[in-house]
Amino acid sequence: MCGIVGLHLKAPVLHSRLGELLAAMLDCMSSRGPDSAGVALFDEVRPGRVKLSLHATDDIDWDALGRAIAEDIEASVEVEDLGDVGVLSVEAGVDRAVDSLRRHGRSLMLVGTGHSMEIFKDVGLPREIIARYGIEKRSGYQGVGHTRMATESAVTTEHSHPFAPAADVALVHNGSFSNPATVRRRLEREGIRFDTDNDSEVCARFVARQMEQGADLGDALHMVQKDLDGFFTLLVATGDQFAVLRDSFACKPAVIAETDDYVAMASEYHALAGLPGIGAARVFEPVPEEVYTWSR
Amino acid sequence: MEPVTLSCAELSTRELNSALAELSDGASARIIEPWGRHNLAVGLTNRISVEIEGNAGYFIGGLGDGPDVTVDGFVGWSAGENLMSGTIRVRGNASECTAASAHGGTVIVHGDASSRTGISLKGGTVVVGGDVGHMSGFMAQAGIILVGGNAGHGLGDSLYETAIYVAGTIASLGSDAQVEELTDEDVLTVKRLVATSGFDHIDPEDVTRIGSARQLYNFDALSAQKY
Repeated sequence: MCGIVGLHLKAPVLHSRLGELLAAMLDCMSSRGPDSAGVALFDEVRPGRVKLSLHATDDIDWDALGRAIAEDIEASVEVEDLGDVGVLSVEAGVDRAVDSLRRHGRSLMLVGTGHSMEIFKDVGLPREIIARYGIEKRSGYQGVGHTRMATESAVTTEHSHPFAPAADVALVHNGSFSNPATVRRRLEREGIRFDTDNDSEVCARFVARQMEQGADLGDALHMVQKDLDGFFTLLVATGDQFAVLRDSFACKPAVIAETDDYVAMASEYHALAGLPGIGAARVFEPVPEEVYTWSR
Repeated sequence: MEPVTLSCAELSTRELNSALAELSDGASARIIEPWGRHNLAVGLTNRISVEIEGNAGYFIGGLGDGPDVTVDGFVGWSAGENLMSGTIRVRGNASECTAASAHGGTVIVHGDASSRTGISLKGGTVVVGGDVGHMSGFMAQAGIILVGGNAGHGLGDSLYETAIYVAGTIASLGSDAQVEELTDEDVLTVKRLVATSGFDHIDPEDVTRIGSARQLYNFDALSAQKY
């Protein structure tokens, strides 16, 4: 069992409340999985900059890392120091920023990159992770969250969701795949590299691979239905899209609420019950095998 | 007698269910601010009536043996799961596995019910005014399922002796399910359920009866030769 939540805000007036609303939803889903938790938050792009969401296992001086990268590639670097987590905003392209990170912060775990996306994830209860990284104070136009009860691979920060297989792509999954090894071998032959042995990471990298080859998010999720077997409710966000898909058995729950101001998705309704205007929302259960997408 | 009012905003699920269990037969209770709370009004064996004013979560009225529970909103998975007797009425939609394994009693859903409605039904009655999702009536052993709208794929898969009536269309039947002739007795049964539920959009003479072909009842030692 795992809990997933997501919020796609249509009304700009709500953007300042993204973290607060998503944090409450995620905390509510703690009963579905207490191992580890995480969120991906999407905020307005600052032109020319890329954000690196990083996790350190040892003590680290984030400011020193920022200075080293700034000198290395002669670019401005802004640093947000959150203890074991750091977010660097680098005035460079994704590849250039990541290359420099590999030179100066080799031991760091890169949990996500993006022009609009930041990822915070770790082992522990949602409320601990929310407090540790100040999620409630963060703003943005959409976010996804996950709280995990591991059934198939280890409980570590790397194994927790969201998985970010490409810049500005985050996937959360409730369920279990039955043929991830087969799909993984195929992707590895195509040169795709994996961070963990987690089955959801296979799905995330599969989706990213389809998109790299030209599919939009909706098409990529149709391909998931063709090539991946198992149980899944998936929630995927990209820089401009938000999508939900359930497998043909639909034995992993999902409920969606839509108003003029937002689209909200959660494993269970009570995670949505505190949202503003929920009483007037159109609340529905996504049907099996249908790809639901929203774009901004 | 004035109904007792219990608020989910003030009480834990355990406190709330204990308070309901202590009521004497004939009493009534209102549950306010349910906000999708799971396990409301479960395991009650008294003859009380409970009105849940809002949307509720999973297992509403489950394991009940006596009470009449009404939800003025929608419910999550498995409303009336393992019901023994009494009535659960949902004025909105229901999610998956409504009335799973219900031995007795009646579960009435005014809106749609999702996948696996009446899965493994063991003698209860399920009446859905709208549509039901895929694999409804899966391995249902006894009792009745009446669907006022359309049924999804795989209806009545591996059915035992539950009778399923569908007023609308059936996307597909599951293994071993078959359309059977509607008898006068069936029409009387549907009439009775229409009266109980108030779903007068259902014409008792114009429903499709689904029963078991009973080909999966026994192991067929020669079945391997068919391949």
